[in-house]
Amino acid sequence: MSATDTSEPNRRDFLYVATGMAGVVGAGAIAWPFIDQMRPDASTLAASSIEVDVTSLTPGMSLTVKWRGKPVFIRNRTPEEIKAAQDVPLADLKDTVARNANIAADAQATDIDRTAGKDKENWLVMVGVCTHLGCVPLGQQGDFGGWFCPCHGSHYDTAGRIRKGPAPENLHIPTFQFVSDTMIRIG
Amino acid sequence: MSGGHSTYSPKTGIGRWIDARMPLPRLVHDSFVSYPVPRNLNYAYTFGGILSIMLVAQILTGVVLAMHYANDTTLAFQSVEKIMRDVNSGWLLRYMHSNGASFFFIAVYIHIMRGLYYGSYKAPRELLWILGCIIYLLMMATGFMGYVLPWGQMSFWGATVITGFFTAIPVVGEWVQQLLLGGFAVDNPTLNRFFALHYLLPFMIAGVVVLHVWALHVVGQTNPTGIEVKSKTDTVAFTPYATIKDGFAMVVFLAVFAYFIFYIPNFLGHPDNYIMADSLKTPAHIVPEWYYLPFYAILRAITFNIGPIDSKLGGVLAMFGSIAVLFIVPWLDTSKVRSAVYRPWYKLFFWIFVINAIFLGWLGSRPAEGAYVIMSQLGTLYYFAFFLVIMPVLGLIETPRRLPNSITEAVLEKNKGGSAHPAGATAAPETRG
Repeated sequence: MSATDTSEPNRRDFLYVATGMAGVVGAGAIAWPFIDQMRPDASTLAASSIEVDVTSLTPGMSLTVKWRGKPVFIRNRTPEEIKAAQDVPLADLKDTVARNANIAADAQATDIDRTAGKDKENWLVMVGVCTHLGCVPLGQQGDFGGWFCPCHGSHYDTAGRIRKGPAPENLHIPTFQFVSDTMIRIG
Repeated sequence: MSGGHSTYSPKTGIGRWIDARMPLPRLVHDSFVSYPVPRNLNYAYTFGGILSIMLVAQILTGVVLAMHYANDTTLAFQSVEKIMRDVNSGWLLRYMHSNGASFFFIAVYIHIMRGLYYGSYKAPRELLWILGCIIYLLMMATGFMGYVLPWGQMSFWGATVITGFFTAIPVVGEWVQQLLLGGFAVDNPTLNRFFALHYLLPFMIAGVVVLHVWALHVVGQTNPTGIEVKSKTDTVAFTPYATIKDGFAMVVFLAVFAYFIFYIPNFLGHPDNYIMADSLKTPAHIVPEWYYLPFYAILRAITFNIGPIDSKLGGVLAMFGSIAVLFIVPWLDTSKVRSAVYRPWYKLFFWIFVINAIFLGWLGSRPAEGAYVIMSQLGTLYYFAFFLVIMPVLGLIETPRRLPNSITEAVLEKNKGGSAHPAGATAAPETRG
């Protein structure tokens, strides 16, 4: 008790504070590698870019490729599908954000901003993971002729936009680009 | 632990030598032999013992299965099939383990319902109840991770959906999900960590079970009347009375368990889990194990936005909330009377709750569309209303039936003309022909 009565910090105060600080900092420093090791490792991150040849995809055909362990849908849309998606007023959409990693984060979910861009409106590249709880939607099904998730009944339209069901967002569009007319790099 | 006085007296020299140094035999004697239990315990009170034996059975079969299991996405599915076909008695051990999980949950649900019916959570048993809730949470985590290990379609997609819950958390959700998965989707790192944790958690459960039993032995068991033990005539010794009653119930329970193992081993499983996991193909219907179905129904019942909370986050919050609410039950129930035996209205609402929980379980197995959604919403409403409205309000307005003065009086009233001698004693070994 007498130790705390003195006005000047003494040796015991120093030991108390120093031990406490070392304990807190030490616990944090030791906890970090235990948490850090749980994050995606180098080999998982290294496999984060792939190239896909889409020469064989004629309009109306789709291809599913695996990227970062998830399916990516590449679809060459038919003119009817493009027309149907373009005719949807933005007010009808549950999620009005494009969810397109290649353009501004707040871009609107117009048909063109969901696709590969001008003159490539027929190309739709999307992560094939339902934004609800991660199931893989089935292609060319559901009430809007786009994708339908069988798990909890989410319906997406021909531009992969959520129209009905519990999913909160449009199907995400990954970073991708056409490296040539027939080759897409994803990631 | 049996309330202060110990009646243990070692008879041998070695016994006295050990007792003076590390009195473990004394602890066992005081806790499981001379420990006084209420004389009116019925078979609903035998599930604690049954749960202990199920935990031991799961750990034993699990350790053995781990010796034959290959923890890698390319090998896991085949290694489970190897256990089923090639490993000697492997099929039996695996069926014991997979059905054992189900029977573990059957027992825990009866155990929890017994607690809710007889008011076992009320003071001074709040911590005992909360420790039980923690065990239940650990059981759910263990069961979920165990189901992923065979690497079948339901393993994979169940894991995808359940880890998907965390993406509903605003801002950090995606990061948390990647932390859990060790990647961007369920894959080899996920399987590896789930296996490690599936092996670890049962031992953590065992640790909390020790605390649970410790807390139980400090405050003593409740009983169907809900009246505290007042005198020596209210109790009987744990051994032989409770030991034999628990033992008999275990035999009956294990006989039903054996029937499932030998005759309908896949009745509680899902056929899709005999198809190897395919990350590009979702099964038509993802359903979790049956013991999670009521919570799954609650998850899917929230199809509407609640203010700033979207339907996805709302569903996840409702699902976790349906378990979290159990933790505060001791403070939600305002009744001064503990047992439903003397609470006519609570008894009615309790049984509606049980039926509703089973109904929600059935809805969880149905597709989430049409009338099923509305029924799930009604079921979810009653689930929460039972805890948050009925429990607090009913305790204030209900007129309970007259309580007996003691356990002994209640027992004698029931068996008019009986003696003050404990009822169980008439069947005790020493009085047998």
